[in-house]
Parts: sequence; C-alpha cells; structure tokens
Amino acid sequence: MRYIQEFRDGHLVPGLLEKIRRTITRPWVLMEICGGQTHSIMRYGIDQLLPEEIELVHGPGCPVCVTPLEQIDRALAIASQPGVIFTSFGDMLRVPGSTEDLFSIRARGGKVQVIYAPLDAVRMAQDNPDKQVVFFAIGFETTAPANAIAVLKAKALGLKNFSVLVSQVRVPPAMHAILSAPNNRVQGFLAAGHVCTVMGYWEYEPIATRYQVPIVVTGFEPLDLLLGIQKTIEMLEMGEVSVQNAYPRAVTRDGNKPAQDLIHKVFQPVDRNWRGIGLIPKSGWGLRPEFEEFDAEKRFNVLDIQTKESVICIAGQILTGMSKPTDCPAFGTLCVPENPLGAPMVSSEGACAAFYRYGRK
Amino acid sequence: MDGNSIISNVPFEGPACPLPLQHQDRIVLGHGSGGRMTHELIQRVFQPRLLGPELIAGNDFAFLLLPSVSGNAGRLAVSTDSHVVSPLFFPGGDIGRLAVCGTVNDVAMSGGIPLYLTCGFILEEGLPMEVLDRVLISMQEAAAEAGVRFVAGDTKVVEKGKVDGLFINTTGLGWIPEGVSIHGANAKPGDVVLVSGSMGDHGMAVLSARGELGFSSMIQSDVAPLNELIQTLLKAVPEVHVLRDPTRGGLATTLNEIAQQSQVGIQIDEATVPVNPAVQSACEMLGFDPLYIANEGKLVVIVPPEEVDEALHAMRQCKYGENAVRIGEVTAGPPGRVTVRTLVGSTRILDMLAGEMLPRIC
Repeated sequence: MRYIQEFRDGHLVPGLLEKIRRTITRPWVLMEICGGQTHSIMRYGIDQLLPEEIELVHGPGCPVCVTPLEQIDRALAIASQPGVIFTSFGDMLRVPGSTEDLFSIRARGGKVQVIYAPLDAVRMAQDNPDKQVVFFAIGFETTAPANAIAVLKAKALGLKNFSVLVSQVRVPPAMHAILSAPNNRVQGFLAAGHVCTVMGYWEYEPIATRYQVPIVVTGFEPLDLLLGIQKTIEMLEMGEVSVQNAYPRAVTRDGNKPAQDLIHKVFQPVDRNWRGIGLIPKSGWGLRPEFEEFDAEKRFNVLDIQTKESVICIAGQILTGMSKPTDCPAFGTLCVPENPLGAPMVSSEGACAAFYRYGRK
Repeated sequence: MDGNSIISNVPFEGPACPLPLQHQDRIVLGHGSGGRMTHELIQRVFQPRLLGPELIAGNDFAFLLLPSVSGNAGRLAVSTDSHVVSPLFFPGGDIGRLAVCGTVNDVAMSGGIPLYLTCGFILEEGLPMEVLDRVLISMQEAAAEAGVRFVAGDTKVVEKGKVDGLFINTTGLGWIPEGVSIHGANAKPGDVVLVSGSMGDHGMAVLSARGELGFSSMIQSDVAPLNELIQTLLKAVPEVHVLRDPTRGGLATTLNEIAQQSQVGIQIDEATVPVNPAVQSACEMLGFDPLYIANEGKLVVIVPPEEVDEALHAMRQCKYGENAVRIGEVTAGPPGRVTVRTLVGSTRILDMLAGEMLPRIC
C-alpha cells in the first residue's frame, strides 16, 4: 500500500527519535487533536518511545465521543418510532444514551441500519417510500462534505421521507475553548490531518498567533506522528509560533475547495454542545434554512429531549486534556468497552478505549 | 462431478390422487412436513450428494465403527457448529463448504482424525432448489477432500423470513489415537507460535461480498479442511503442544484464549504476521485490524523451540500450509496477557475484541 507502508517503516524511527532527543531540553505538553491519532499513538506505542519530557494529552477529535448525550437520546427516540429506518455509522450504535443504546433498539425490533456512506441512506429512502429514513449525520469537517452531498441529493430527488439528525462539529472553535480555559496545559498541537485535508490549515494561523502555540498538521502513521511531534518540539524549543504542515502528501494550506463549497452550501455555523465539555459557540454545523425540511429534529419533534451526564464519568476533562483516562475512578472497573459509561470508552477513536485496549496505566 | 442440478429433470412425486402440486424449483413448507414431500426431498436432493452406508440404512440412528487397535482405547473427539453466514455464497466458498470445514477443523484441532459428520438443515420457505443443490454439492466436495462421511441428517423448513435462506448445523466425530494430547492448556514458556498463512482472508471476503462497503475486492475466503495439514505436521512433530484455528475474533482472540487456558504470556511480532495486501487495504479503509478478522482455513501452532524448523518444513509441504511462518513466542507471563512488538519497535497489549467490530467514522 503506497503512502501507508512507507510511513510505518520501523527503520526510520530511531533517527527521528534521536532528532527529538537532541532538540528537547525541558518538559512540554502536546495535544493530538484527532482520536485517530490517539489510537495510532497507542497502537504503535509511540508514547513509550518518546523522551519522558514529552507528555501527550488526547484531544476532543473523536466524533463519537463529543456527540452530546441529548443528541443520542434524540437518536434513540427517533429510532424507536414505528415506520422509521434509522441509519448510522457503525461506531454510534454502541454509544450509551441515558438508558440504552441503538443496539438495544435494534434488538427490540427497531430498524437500525449501519451504513458506510451517507448516500446509501438516500438510496434506502428511495427504495422504501413508505418508511421514514433518518441518517445520523455526525462527525467533524471530514464527514461534513459527504453528509452535505446526501442532503443535496435528497433535495434534488424531492424525497419527503429522508432526513438527517445533525451533530456536526468543527475543530477550530474547540481549540479556542481549550486554549482559553484558565487551567489549560496544552503548549503545542498536532492538528488533525484528515480535517485539514478538507479544510486546509489557514484557519489555524490566527489561533497560533493569538494563543502563541505552535500547530503542526500531522498524519496518522507512526512516522507521520513522530514527524509532527518533532516539528512541534523544535518550534517550542526555538520559541517559534506558526502553523507547519507535516502531512503534505494529503494537505494543502487551502484544503479541498469543492468539498468546502459543499459544506457551506448545506450547513451554517451554529452553537453546539460537546459531550463532557458543554456549549462551544459556533462550534458546529447546522442545516441552512433552505434545507430545514430535512431536519430530523424538527420532523420528529425531539428538540425538547434534554439529558444529564453520568456523574462518575470524567469524559469532559479527558477530552480537554485535563485528565488521563486512568485518572477516572471508573476506568477499567465500572467503565469498560463492553459496558461504557462515557463515549471515550466506546469508539475505537476514544482515548479511554485506546488506553484500555492497549493496556496503558 | 457435474455441477448441474439433478432436480430439474426429475418429477418429485409419483402418481397419487388428487395429484399433488409439484414443487421442483423452490422449498415449500410441505418439504418439512415429515411426509412424502420430505422423503422426496431427502431422496432426490440430499441423498445423491451426501449419501453413505449409514444414510442408506434409513434408520433414525447410525452405527459407527471406530478404528480399533487391540489394547489401545484412544478417545473420541466431538464438535458442533451452526453456520448462518450471509451471503450464502462468497468468493472462495459458500455456507456448505464452511459447514463442513468448520466442524472438521474443530475436531482436527484435538490432533484426532475427523471421520463422521452429521448435518441439520433449517431451510427457508421459498429457497430455490438450485441454491440448496449448489450448497450440497459444495458440502459433498469438501467432505470428500477432508475424507469424512455424512452419517446422519435432519431437515426442517420454516416460514419465509424466519431464517436467512438456510442455516446448517454440523457435528463432527473424530478419533484421537492413544498418546496424542493436544489442547489449549499445553503452551509452555519458551514455546514458539506459528501460523499456517495469511490472516483475515475469510472475514474480509464475506464482508466485501455483502456489497455494503462501496467497493469490490478480489479477496478470497480461505475456507478449507485442515486435517491433512495437521496430520502431516503431527507425523513430523508429535510434540506439538497446541493447535487452534483462529476463526471468529481472529488471531488476537485465539492467542488470548490460549494464553488464558495455559496461564502463560504470548508475544508476537507484528512485522512477521502474514496479511494479504488486499485484506490490509480493506482493513485500512474500514478501520479494522486484520488480527481480529476471522479465518476459516488457518492454523495456529504452538511447538517447543527445538521443533520449529521441522514443524515449518512439514507445514509448508501441504496445500494449506505453504506460507507457514513463525510469529512469536510463549513467555512466562503475566499469565493470560498477549502482547505485540509493533512495527516501530514498541510493545502493546493485544486484547480480545469487546463486541461486534464496528467500522470507524472517518
């Protein structure tokens, strides 16, 4: 596999590690934004290879983890209704709402269907004109273009039985929220490579300047991650503040313009609740008024569903880098992948699941 | 053997009054009635494919002969498995081949010689007869390849929608000669872990045959009977400690089971685990790990270190062991823990899969 295998070449690892070791003179706290990066760090044991001065904290970039509980409860309410086919990416099925998850609804006879592409949900709506097909449109800027295409296609087809439950979120406002918190510890960021593939990295330049933090666009393979870490440490040690691109085989400064156009055509920035973090202004995408007819929240009248989080789960502190999964009293005891209390234990991208699965203490 | 259905040319039922409806091309509920239609189905469809002396006898039971050596009792190995795969046909195999190989392999993992199979069919009303026959042909071929015989069978028909086409249960009986002692609790620190070939082929072949992935692949299932491979291996290396086929849950789950049963640690080297490039690519796209994907024609072998070369040599002689390699070692512990040396030289825990493997979002 080109562009993957080369970036897993173990022979190049010692050289990069040596470069990091030569540069570093004091402790630094870095945050990798994306859950995919967290997972890769754990999977390849990158954290064990790094000099002990480097502390990696795990960011909020897991779409499953940050989808607020009330949105999951709304999904459950919609999926339980007769005549509904509820479609979702696979990860979401196991996320617990207040009382149950989508798997339980399916076991009770509800039609809950895992799909791989949002357009499959549109096709399902065409094939089942007597059913209401709902798609759970979650994710960061990475999933937004494909989700937008689904809405545009449904509109073009004039479908009356297709709608989306939107819980779409954006990275830059979350970075603002983390950096402006009074007890913030993060000194440098590994920006999420996939998000930047779509959005580019021009959005991060004002953040770097305003908060005086180096930001390095970073990929997902071991060498990508080490390169991102090495560049961030180099900037921190030099006192440099800028946005650098350590993932140039996928990312340009401007990003994917046609994909961005699709997002802006269908969505507009809205305030959004992040699970465990709370409301972040303008941190999400919501449907533009001209696509209101596809809004599942309105069609199924579930906006009044409000919910409270588990009191034990410290997902919010984990998602903002304040705590590690192992700081949680429930980690590995009350909360395990088979019976997750909070979303970071559910998703393969969740920090708690990654810690648990790869045996981190 | 010709691949054509034998059904289409032959009327089902003899003359009777009133003349019964003839259902030649699809299963109907009457085929499960236990009456004449059931008999017709068995005689015309099942028996030509699965017939042996025990079935010809037509009793409700079968007498089985076991290899007997005077003064040498040996033991029986028995295993049962139900097969519910969707789709019924996938690249490299089908539910019939799977139903035979799965059970043959489970029996063979004891080090014993699989001899007999029973089969129970649950058929969905409306199942095309041609589909049933294709599955039976496949079972016949797989049984011939594995050298086993069908000795008992059962058929039920349920209403449309109650099963997905057809489900097959098979039970296998095998003979473990005196002196052979292979089981999951036998792994000892210092032992070496081998696999017979690439990991994840069956799971990804079935997944991509479902057509839900949005891409097609050339991945073939590895479904195959492993008894010849195992007997060749045991002849060369009677000291084999553990044999297991890494089916559902994949290599990771199998190694965890062995580590727990034997109360040992196991460490494998990620770089040495063979994975077919197409399987690796599909896994990358979906966010799956090939170490957790099912195999149906692969073997995990644990042998004492001094037997490694002999074992690999023997396995590589066999059709289903050509790509056998060493992937790791058994360690003193901590007991029950499986670890992987990653491609970049670090070590991590390889846990069992928590639940259903879910494709990732982005």
